[in-house]
Amino acid sequence: MFLKRVALASALAITAGTAYAGCEISGNVSIVGNEFPAIHTVANGAGTCNGGEVKANLTADHQKINVDGMSGNPAEYTSAIIANSSLVALMNEDVVRPLNDLVAEYGQDIPRNQLITIDGNIMAVAFMANAQTLAYRKDVLAEIGVDVPSTYEEVLEAAEKIRAAGISKYPVGGAYAAGWNLAQEFTNMYIGHSGEFYKPGTAEVSINNAQGVAALNMMKALTEYMNPDFLTHDSNATGAEMEAGNVILMNMWGSRMGNLMDAEGAEEQVYSNITVGAPLTVGGGSTPASTLWWDGWTVAKNVSDEDAVATFLAMKHGTSPAILNDETMGQAVWMIEGYTPAPVNDGVFAAIAAGTTSYPMLPYHGLLHTALGNNLADFLLGKESAEQALADAEAAYTAAAKEKGFLN
Amino acid sequence: MKHKPFFWFVLPSALAMLLFIFFPIVSVLVQSVHVDHEQVIKTVETCDLFGCKESTTVDQGATAALRAERPLGQFAGLTTYADINHLAINKVGENWQQSNSWREFGSQMLNLPFYKAIGFTLTFTFIVTPLVIIFGFIIAVAVNAAVQKIRGPLIFFSLLPMMITPLVGALILFWMVDARGIIGATLQYLAGDPDLSVKASTPLTWIMLMVYGVWHAAPFAFIVYYAGLQSVNQDTLEAARVDGANRWLQIRHVIIPHLLPLTTFIALMQLMDNFRVFEPIVSFSAEAHATSLSWAIFNDLGGETRQLSSAAATSVLTIIGVAILLSPVLVRTWREFDRK
Repeated sequence: MFLKRVALASALAITAGTAYAGCEISGNVSIVGNEFPAIHTVANGAGTCNGGEVKANLTADHQKINVDGMSGNPAEYTSAIIANSSLVALMNEDVVRPLNDLVAEYGQDIPRNQLITIDGNIMAVAFMANAQTLAYRKDVLAEIGVDVPSTYEEVLEAAEKIRAAGISKYPVGGAYAAGWNLAQEFTNMYIGHSGEFYKPGTAEVSINNAQGVAALNMMKALTEYMNPDFLTHDSNATGAEMEAGNVILMNMWGSRMGNLMDAEGAEEQVYSNITVGAPLTVGGGSTPASTLWWDGWTVAKNVSDEDAVATFLAMKHGTSPAILNDETMGQAVWMIEGYTPAPVNDGVFAAIAAGTTSYPMLPYHGLLHTALGNNLADFLLGKESAEQALADAEAAYTAAAKEKGFLN
Repeated sequence: MKHKPFFWFVLPSALAMLLFIFFPIVSVLVQSVHVDHEQVIKTVETCDLFGCKESTTVDQGATAALRAERPLGQFAGLTTYADINHLAINKVGENWQQSNSWREFGSQMLNLPFYKAIGFTLTFTFIVTPLVIIFGFIIAVAVNAAVQKIRGPLIFFSLLPMMITPLVGALILFWMVDARGIIGATLQYLAGDPDLSVKASTPLTWIMLMVYGVWHAAPFAFIVYYAGLQSVNQDTLEAARVDGANRWLQIRHVIIPHLLPLTTFIALMQLMDNFRVFEPIVSFSAEAHATSLSWAIFNDLGGETRQLSSAAATSVLTIIGVAILLSPVLVRTWREFDRK
């Protein structure tokens, strides 16, 4: 079914692409990127260009191959499709090309805000946005007579009522799987408490503070209402719990809401009542406890000018209005002219409107994310204090940052 | 064998070992004593879809010359080995000074990533290895005693766990022990605790991983023992029977001594395999409860920023660990060889 849909989407994209405008390139394009429907659409859109070969290698393991694949000279991949966190890994290795000259010559029509600019250099062009926001069951909230929660404190209250009413024993969901997901949830909660990850202007970490402890305590309070296996639940598993009707309230990725609200994998009573809300705040703060993400494309540094131009044109075409049709419209929050949002995308727009912080795009933040993912589970398991868990994460990060040359 | 033919005889395998084992290990060693060049960080304005803000980035121009000159990075000696993510030498000393009891010292040590990993790795190795040998032996003797007709299917089914890809085998068990899975629900019923969850409890997760380890590796021991059983001297067995030995005495005094050299072989292989325990931790999403040295290497390389030196240091420590673990067996083999 899924394959069929992708095939259909690409067939439509191809016909739409050729119908829209010719895309002529004189060079070869090779794309590496993550594997989900929106990225397929972009790669297929780029593939409609004539005059050169356009190849795409889309895989969930793209982060393991993109740096190596772009380090050679000439690079194996002329373009990597990345998100804000993974652009940094490429920039740290100096394998992406500043696009200023190409934008000046071929990309004047790309809206300014889509150009990801670091120190005056355009390093990537964003084409879609993503954020984690609330997903809830409106029927259950109506049943217990509670308004849609706007803070995590209200989530806890609602969860208690749902449990007391015997509707679900574990009504709260969240991607709390130890590792990347858990670190992401801490990042959200810490930003919601207005925490700063580093001492300003340095790579020195500072998370072992009141905000860090408050963030962890809120996470622990939420886990009391989660399936006891929460440390093994990633986004897929939590989504499945909601589709199974067990989870009533959860923080979920905008790009995954479509799966929750479609007719597959759940009863009508469940999927027709799943609703997307705004991101939650916490601890009386005004900044949502969430992060904004974008996906964008880059051009490799170590390729000939000819291929760089071809890549730029092909990727620009792959993210142009030509790729939008009924099938692709709902795949993402597209930053493309002519895009009309569906209810499934409400959360991401609400997150942007609420002034949600974008995920930190810092050269050393990947190391902190890894360190957090490895050290916070002990606190949630009740094995150690919040302060100890944060101190462990700080120590692990500091050692790693020394190894990578960010700290002395 | 004369020296010259011997030399030509082993040359191809010696070359292959040099190329595929020795050189990679040397490269890992070299990597582990280097760290990245000092990165020059500069504050810049970053603009994305959601607006502009101050942030930092690496000044590529400033480090490019250094990188070109010394692509390996800067020499760091053993600092990566000593840091908190590996041997944590300073922290261990501190814990030793501060802790009031062995118990406290132990729990502080298990909070350090390397010791947490080695704690699980060693427990796994020393529990799974003997169990694999015992179960493999029992299955082999049982299959060997079965009627000839059903031996083929029996062998096939006994080997199944080894044929299944480890990741898939582990996933099957992972879903079975889920609170709503067949094993998980049965355990809840038996324990009388409707909240019991194997995946949420550290001791139960450890047991689950070890059960998986035995289930997966027992067929290996079985097939080796089964092959060994085919060469048991029938005359000796018959002599034992004539002397009035029952089935247990036959096993104890004829079969076990006959299979002893095979046990050394299986123990050697299993010690090495179990020390590298990795797949079940990933498939069971068990990293919150149990980590191993191999998992630590995977984790270093799987992040958005790859920590090659850290992974290399853990790899070298793993090699040293395997060498220590195998040394008793190797010394014994060497002595036996010497005696001949």
